[in-house]
Order: sequence, then structure tokens, then C-alpha cells
Amino acid sequence: MGVGGERQDEAAAAGAVARLGDVFRRFFDSDLWHSFTRSPVVVVSALVTLAVVGAALFAPLIAPHNPFDLASIDLLDSEIPPVWLDGGDPRFLLGTDAEGRDILSTIIYGARISLGVGFASVLFAMVLGVGLGLLSGYLGGTVDAVIMRIADVQLTFPAILIALLIDGLSRAVLPRDLHGDIWFTVLVLAIGLSFWVQYARTVRGSAMVERGKEYVQAARVIGVPPLLIMLRHVLPNVMGPVLVIATINLAIAVITEATLSFLGVGVPATSPSLGTLIRVGNDFLFSGSWWITIFPGAALAILVLAVNLLGDWLRDALNPKLR
Amino acid sequence: MIAFIVRRLLQSVLVMLAVGFIAFSLFTYVGDPVNNMVGQDTTLEQRAELRQRLGLDDPFVVQYGRFLVKAVQGDFGISYRHRRPVAELIAERVPATLELSFVAAALALFIGVPMGVYTGLHRRGFLSQTFLAVSLVGISLPTFLIGILLILVFGVMSQDINAALGFTLVPQLPTFGRGDTVQLGWWSTGFLTTSGLLALILPSVTLALFQMTLIMRLVRSEMLEVLRTDYIKFARARGLSNRAVNFGHALKNTLVPVITITGLQLGSIIAFALITEQVFQWPGMGLLFLQAITEVDIPVMAAYLMLVGFFFVVINLIVDLLYYVVDPRLRADKVVAGGHG
Amino acid sequence: MMKNRAGRLRRGFFAVAAAAGILAGGLGAEAKTFKWAFQGDIQTLDPHGLFETFTLGFQLNFYEGLVSRTPDLQLQPGLATSWENVEPTVWRFTLRQGVTFHNGNSFNADDVIFSVQRINSEGSDMKVIATLIKEAVKVDDYTVDLVTDQPNPILPLQLEIFMIMDKEWSEEHGTTGATNVKGDDQGNYANLNANGTGPFMIKERQPDVRTVLVPNPNWWGDAQSNVTEAVFTPIGQDATRVAALISGDVDMAYPVPVQDWKRLEDADGVSPLTGAEARTIFLGFDQDRDELLYSSVKGKNPFKDQRVRQAFYQAIDIEAIKDRIMRGAATPSNLMIAPQINGFNPALNARLPYDVDKAKALLAEAGYPDGFTVTMDCPNDRYVNDERICQAVASMLARIGVKIDLLAQTKSKYFAKVLAQNGYDTSFYLLGWTPSTFDAHNVIDSIMSCRVDGKGSFNLGGYCNKRVTELSDLIQVETDQEKRQALIDEANRIHADEVGHIPLHQQPLSWGVSDKVSVAQRADDMFHLRHVTVK
Repeated sequence: MGVGGERQDEAAAAGAVARLGDVFRRFFDSDLWHSFTRSPVVVVSALVTLAVVGAALFAPLIAPHNPFDLASIDLLDSEIPPVWLDGGDPRFLLGTDAEGRDILSTIIYGARISLGVGFASVLFAMVLGVGLGLLSGYLGGTVDAVIMRIADVQLTFPAILIALLIDGLSRAVLPRDLHGDIWFTVLVLAIGLSFWVQYARTVRGSAMVERGKEYVQAARVIGVPPLLIMLRHVLPNVMGPVLVIATINLAIAVITEATLSFLGVGVPATSPSLGTLIRVGNDFLFSGSWWITIFPGAALAILVLAVNLLGDWLRDALNPKLR
Repeated sequence: MIAFIVRRLLQSVLVMLAVGFIAFSLFTYVGDPVNNMVGQDTTLEQRAELRQRLGLDDPFVVQYGRFLVKAVQGDFGISYRHRRPVAELIAERVPATLELSFVAAALALFIGVPMGVYTGLHRRGFLSQTFLAVSLVGISLPTFLIGILLILVFGVMSQDINAALGFTLVPQLPTFGRGDTVQLGWWSTGFLTTSGLLALILPSVTLALFQMTLIMRLVRSEMLEVLRTDYIKFARARGLSNRAVNFGHALKNTLVPVITITGLQLGSIIAFALITEQVFQWPGMGLLFLQAITEVDIPVMAAYLMLVGFFFVVINLIVDLLYYVVDPRLRADKVVAGGHG
Repeated sequence: MMKNRAGRLRRGFFAVAAAAGILAGGLGAEAKTFKWAFQGDIQTLDPHGLFETFTLGFQLNFYEGLVSRTPDLQLQPGLATSWENVEPTVWRFTLRQGVTFHNGNSFNADDVIFSVQRINSEGSDMKVIATLIKEAVKVDDYTVDLVTDQPNPILPLQLEIFMIMDKEWSEEHGTTGATNVKGDDQGNYANLNANGTGPFMIKERQPDVRTVLVPNPNWWGDAQSNVTEAVFTPIGQDATRVAALISGDVDMAYPVPVQDWKRLEDADGVSPLTGAEARTIFLGFDQDRDELLYSSVKGKNPFKDQRVRQAFYQAIDIEAIKDRIMRGAATPSNLMIAPQINGFNPALNARLPYDVDKAKALLAEAGYPDGFTVTMDCPNDRYVNDERICQAVASMLARIGVKIDLLAQTKSKYFAKVLAQNGYDTSFYLLGWTPSTFDAHNVIDSIMSCRVDGKGSFNLGGYCNKRVTELSDLIQVETDQEKRQALIDEANRIHADEVGHIPLHQQPLSWGVSDKVSVAQRADDMFHLRHVTVK
């Protein structure tokens, strides 16, 4: 028993290792990996994105200060320039904002909020939009008409108004003690709702084209259920434009969040996001305290650039037609 | 075709009704207009009386009903802030917004599409990569920041920069308003005066930047796909010239998503114009609407939303019609599915 | 150019008497154009349509009241040359003779009586003034008695902004009532047209775009201004407005953000013009409810305890706010009124010291050694750097263990939440106030009195001391200035001792002016073209 069992275990383990190795080998042999390593731009983009996401996730460990801890910020430290300029302070590498928060730490903590809101709302919009777009384009007829007219209604309302509505409704419905915690949901819903139409209409257009093609009709003839046709055959063919829109939307989501926060339906002023930091810092652009807005702006630009380059690469690499 | 349009128009009425319904349900949450309409010493009783006089105490459905009854008679009410008929106010503002949107859309299309084609054809070219990267930086900064930076460079610092250089590198451009306008009937245009044209530059660039990037990237991505299709390979094999293949076949096939998005973007240019108009004090509908939100000017908000709803309905109708023109497969399909001609 | 101008004048836009155009053209050689920008436009040309500082200040360029004020706010004759309290409840005004309205009609007692009637009309927002005047009685063509319900020692102080309209013109154009917001009448004539007696006349008006004024050649006063044409443009965004000033597109812009002063000082040809505004910024507590709406403390209201309020007061480092947020330009205050306000007493204006240890001790004594959580309501587009002040207060209070959840919103949302119509839905808030009468009674009545009998309508936290409320009534009718001051002092002293509110400071006025022009700045932030000279 013992020997045999051991041998069996060994064999199983060896098999598992082999399979795992196989997976790795297949991955490293794959076009995906090759196209990844072939382009230094993509590698750098991936590293930048990883670094930013990592910094955001582990903000408390990395950031030199906790800018959201009100007791630790001192108004007397306000508007200190970056450390290499006259009047810089070694405690604050990139200087401080008008309230005395360390810019570097606030960028790291703020990126956390911005990325959270950005990814969540884009994902929400994408799932909703692609789903409705597929239904609309593939099924056509009444379903199409209803979904597209809802989209028309949706388009009319800017994110600002949707946010006001959702915020107002939830404040009216929820008990007062919860009012401080609803902002994340409000932001994601409001931004997501104002974005989905773009996906839906783009996907619908492509889905209408695809469903006329022979392979889809063939699939239909042999009795493949519509849902499966949509997921298997139509969806992969519309992902290109969807990814373009999604990567760009990430940037808009972050900015929209800043606008909404100004209206009082977003993040509290005492825990600024990247977008809020840029918006508030804007007021100091003329006064010479450029670092309050330029550094967070640069951080956002770099992040968006990296995500977009990655998105480009992923789209090209995953597209069967482009291999 | 005509039946299709008629049906769509009927649906549009439903859309407008829904827009109005949602609009009135959210006005409660935008704030209280009365405090912006009276001075600080106005007593609570007088405020309450005004609120009641304006019908703000009624349920939103009642307010909506009242609005509808008047709206179908062409009366959109009186702006709380301007104390003038809303229809008159909006008519005054429409030309400014449309001219700005038109210039921005033209910029976005005439720069975005060629750049998209170029970057699609020369995928790994240095110039392509530069276009892509630079355009991304443009969209990853918020509109308000881009606007302010343009104002800073072309309004505030241009004199200093030129003085330091000894020659005019950065022209000084108008940073607010429309410049001089000419009245053509009820339409006021800035296209016919020098100051009017100059005033268009900064806001239209700000507004176009985002759309341009989107269009360029979309055209590129579609070009890439289409160029790999068998259809194009056959065309090349048949010995057609590059130019004929690229523009005659490839570009034409990329147009469906591009038209969808561009059509949508025309709508969203008007929406994006909100921030641009605000930054450059451009006296269009967007500025009017943002002020209306700030001051809770309900009649203006309601009329604006209905109008924008109408715009979207019309734009989307045109986009759908364009599909037919551009892509014959859709036409055949639609005829079968819809059962009409 | 001619084409443009002709084009611009159209339905809805206003062109005054042709004489104005001829005058401006005639002086072409010495044309002195003055261009200025403010953050918003006036809402109406109707002088009885909206009780709001900017609108009223703008209208005072072309309309006038019975009295007027010098740039340092001293009362001086306006359309009345003199006035006296002939009986405790009767003020007699002697009117200026030979004054004409812009359309040539002459000014007399009938116009004053008509205007009193007009501010009582349905759409009027000047009812505050209207309620002061029980009756206007014509004594002769150039003498009018204004009768009050009860003695009102400060009536003339309140009348600068009560502007006189021409009876004949108003009747001719069917505008005998003030511009009504509820638009049953499709546009009141006086909303877009003006016919006053003031030193300037409206030449062209495109709401929200530009308004052009020209001097009134027949003005009765001594014209100090050499401006031949004045062009007003509203520019909403701070940065755009400041840029327009620096680039020379406008000669004067206000308000400019305090943080941009340095930029204006460094730039060629422009400089900031600053002064102390009469607006006091303060914090208020909900002291009325038995349990706060937004707080971690349940079952009781910590703000009912004076020690808690004082702890909050002493935890705030007002000098840091002044230095860092207001660029040194605020005036820290212990009174709810500014030095320019009638009734201000410097002896009562010393603040309690900033003392974190004392604040902690007070809080512990009150039973909150570890502090508590409370939500603070704050506007973010109403007062100078309002949101930043709130953030600073939040971080200062964090040092004594009080955790502030800050809810900063636009003014429309903020006021909709905290004011009476929403049941004073706040626990802790920031507010600013300028008494429109420039008299302490307005503040004592609206903010410091108990919420009874129409008093305390802006006492959002419900601070209530019966003696203060009683004093408010006494002050209102006391005609002896010395006794009146003693009563005001008593009310202020009680309020300060009990820490009814936490006064912070008077905010600065912040204008940006080109070196090519000189202007006069009033402490109420009104700007008048009559004091402008172009160099």
C-alpha cells in the first residue's frame, strides 16, 4: 500500500507538474506572450500599470503620510513646493497642497479611489452595454427598438444629473447614518449609467453586420441557441471597438468623478481622489503652486496612457483575424 | 423606408415623454430654486409663498403634467433666473453652441479620420506611435484643465513668451466669449468677423481634442481588422492599386462603427460642450444649462433636456439611415427582418 | 463694424435714447472705454426684482434711491436733499428739484409714491423694505412723508437700495408691478429696459453676454467719471476672468481668487485691490434637537453643552486660516458683525485664545474625552474659499478627537438642505452674513434670536436665549443712539459668552484692477461706474 501509494502520488504529482509546466510552456510559446515580449512599449506599459495598481492597493504601506488622517495634516504646511525647489521640505517629496497634504501620498491614496471608481464604473457600463447591444443587434425588432429608445433617453442626461438623482433618492430612502457611505455606489452607478449607451450602440451595429454573415446563419440553421451564437461568434468580433472605448472611458470616468465630487455627490473633500486633486489644484495654477495640479495630472496621464497602450496590444493580440 | 421613419418618429415621442418624466423626477434633488431667486432678508413666509406660487410644492408628476400641457402649446415657461421666456433664451443660445460644435466636429473628423487611416496602414511606424501617444495625453487630461492651460498659454503668458523669444511664437488669442457676431435673421454668427473666428479657435480645439482621439483610434482599429480580411487580400491579389484598396475597399468597410460613434459623438460634443463653454464663457446652451443647474432654474433645465433628447433622437435616426446607405448587407437584412421596403 | 453693431441691436436687446449714441459718437476723440467683468450677470434690470448685492449695485448705476452712500459707505443725499424724523413714526424727505429720468420725464413726489406701491406688488423682492414703510404721503410735489408702524431710527440707512422708477414710463409700458418670477405675463418691460435718473444709461443689453452703458449727460450730480462707454461681461470661471484681466481684455475683474493676488502683483499693468468686506463668516451648531441628526452621539445633543461649543471655538486656529487660506487678508472676529456695521464695538471683538489643551479639557469635562463624530455642512461656491475653510476646521477639530464628516456642496444644494424649508437639516454648518441694513439689529434679529414670531429665520441651529430675543425688539424701536448701542452690546455679549455661534472672520474683498483705471471699492462689494476714471 505504502510503496504503491507513494508511487501513485509521485506519478500524480509529476503529472501535475508536467501539466502545469505544459500550461506555462504553452503560455510562453503562445502568440500572446511573444507579441508581449516583442514590444518594449507594451512591457513598460504593463509595468507602469502594475506599479500604479500596486501602489494604490498597498497605499498605507507605501505612502509616506496618510493624507486622509485629518489629525496629521497641518494647515501651516500648505503649498510647500517640491523638494528640489526653493522652500521645499524633505518631508514632502512632491510638495503639499493647499490644505497641507503631502502631494505624493495624496496621489497614491487618491489613485486608489479613482481606480476603484474608474474600473468599477467602466466594467459596469461595459457589461450592461455589451449585453444590451448584443440583444438589440442580434434579436432586432421590438427588443431592438425598446433598448435603443431607452438608450436615447439615457443619452439625454449627463452624468451630473444622474448622479444627483441617484444620490438624492438614496439619501431619501436610506437612514441618515448611512449617508456618509453611499458615495462609491452613487459614483459607479451614475458614471456607469452614463457610459453604457456607447457600448450598446457600437456592439449593436457590429452585431447587426455579423448576424447577416454566413457562419452565423449556418450556426443558426444547425440549431445552436441564439445566446450561444451571440457569446461564441458575435461577441469576439465586436470586442475590438469595445476595448477602444473602454480604455478611453477609464480616463473620462476618473474625470467625471471629480466633477461629481464638486457637486457634493462624490468623494468627501477631506479624502480627495486623483480627479478631485486635479480639479482643486486647478485653482492654484495661476498662483504659481503648479505642483498641486500638475503632478496628479501627470500621474493620471501616465496611467491612462499605459492602460490604453495595453488595451491596444491586448485587442490586437486577442483578435483572431489579426494573427 | 417611410414606414420605418414614421415608426421611429412615434417612438421618439415616447422618448421625449420619458425624458421629461425623468427630468422632473430629479429636479427635487438638484436643490431649491427659491433661495437663488430672493435676497437674504426675504422672510420665510415670503419664500414659502413664492415656492407655492411656482408650484414647487406639488408632486413632480403634477409639475410635469403642467409643463407638458404648456409645452405642447409652445410655452416652455419663464426662466427663474432670467425672467424671460425659455424658448426665447434657448433660441438665442443655439447658434453659439451649434457653431462651436460644428467647428469642433469638423476638426475632429478631418484630422481624426486621416490620422486613423495613416496609423492603421503604418502600424509600427514611428510617426504612428507618436500620433497615438500624443493624442492619448490629450484625452487623459480633463477638459477643464486643458482649457485652462490653453488660456494660460495663449492668453496670459503669450506676451511674456514672445517678449523672451524676440519673435511671435505664440499668438495672443481671445480667451472668452464669441467676439463680434453678425445677425442673420434670428441666427447670430461668429463666422463672418475676424474676432468671431479668432474666438472660435481655443474652445473648438479644446472640444475637438477628445473626439479626434476617439475617432482616430477607432478608424485605426477598424482599418487593422479590415486590412487582414480575405476580401482585402483578394483585392490586392487582383492587382488593384494600394490606394484603391486602402480607400476604396478598406476605409469604406470601417465606416459602420465609425458612423455610429461619430453620430453619437456629435451628440456628446454638445454634452461635452458644457464644460468647454463654461471654461471659455461661450454664450451657448451648455453655459445656460450649467448655470441653470447651479441656480436650479427648472424651466430652463426641462426645456434643455427635452431639446437635447430631441437632438439625440434625430441624430440616431440619421445614423440608422446612414447604415443603409453604407452597408448594403444591413439593408437586405433589415428588409427581410422588418418586412417593409 | 457698423454692421455688427446694427446687427446686435435686436428684439429683446435694449437700445436707449438715440441721444446717448450721438453723445458717445461726438466724444469720439476722447473716447474712454472701460471694460469690466464679474462672475455672473445681473438677473434683471428691474430694480425691484431681486434683493441681491450685485444686481442692486449694478442697477444703482442707472437708478437711484432717495439717499446714497459715499465709497466709504457714509450716507449722503441722493434723490432727496435732506430728511428728518418729524415724528417718531414719520420720516420727511425733501426731494431734489430739476431731476429728469433718462427719457426726459421729470422726477417728483408722485414717482416716490408710485415706487413705494411697486415694491409692494406681487413679484417684488423688495418687500423687506416695503414692510418698513406703512404709507407714503405726498406733502407737496417735492416733499414726501414715509410713515412707519413703529419708530424706526435707522430707516434712511435702509433706503439706498430702494430705487425710484418713473411713474409715467412704468404706466405707459404696463410695468406697474415688479418683474414677476412666475411668468404669467410674458416678460415684464422693466426686466429688459431701464429708465432711471442715475449717472449712466443702458445702451445695449445681451443677458449673460454683454451690457453696454453710457454716461447720462443730464445727470444732476457732479460727474467724477470720465468714462464715455462702459462694457460689462460676465465671466463665470475664476481662471478665465483673471486671464482676461491679465491679457488686457478687461480693465477690472472681480472677484479674483485670493491665491491669485501674487500673480496679479507680478504681472505688468494690473494689481489686486483688496479691502475688508462687511460679510462675517461663522460656524453654527444644532442646539435645538435633543439628538443630533448626523452624529455618533445618540440620545443626547452634545452641542447643547456650552463647554462643547467652546471647545470647538478654541480648537480653531483662526490665524492659520487667515494666513494660509485667506492670504492674510481676513479679519478674525469675535462678533457676528463687521467693523463697518452700525453697532460694532471693538471692545467686544477679542477672540477666545486658540488653545488645543483647553479645548480637549473642556471636551473631557463635558463627557467626551475621546471626542465624537459629526457631519459638517458646507457650501463650496458661495463664500471666499468656503470649502477650504471647512476642510481646515475639520483637520483642526481632528486634533481634539472630533471627527468631521464633511459634506461640501454647491450653494443650491447646500441651502436647500440646511434652510428652514427643509427643517434645518444640519448638525454643524458654515454660513456667511452681511446685514443689508448695515446695522447690527438685522443680525441679532435674523441669526441670534430664538426662532419665534418670524425671528431667527437664519438661526439654523436654533440658538435660543430669551433675553437676546427681547433685546432685538428693544433695539428695533430705540431711537436714542447711546441706549441703543448699550442694548446691542448686551445682546452681543450674551451671545459671545454662550458661544451661540463661532464667528470666524470677515472675508476680504478681492478685485483685480488695471493700472490704466482707478475705481472705488465699497465694503459691501458694490461697484459703481461713477467713481471710475480711465487714465
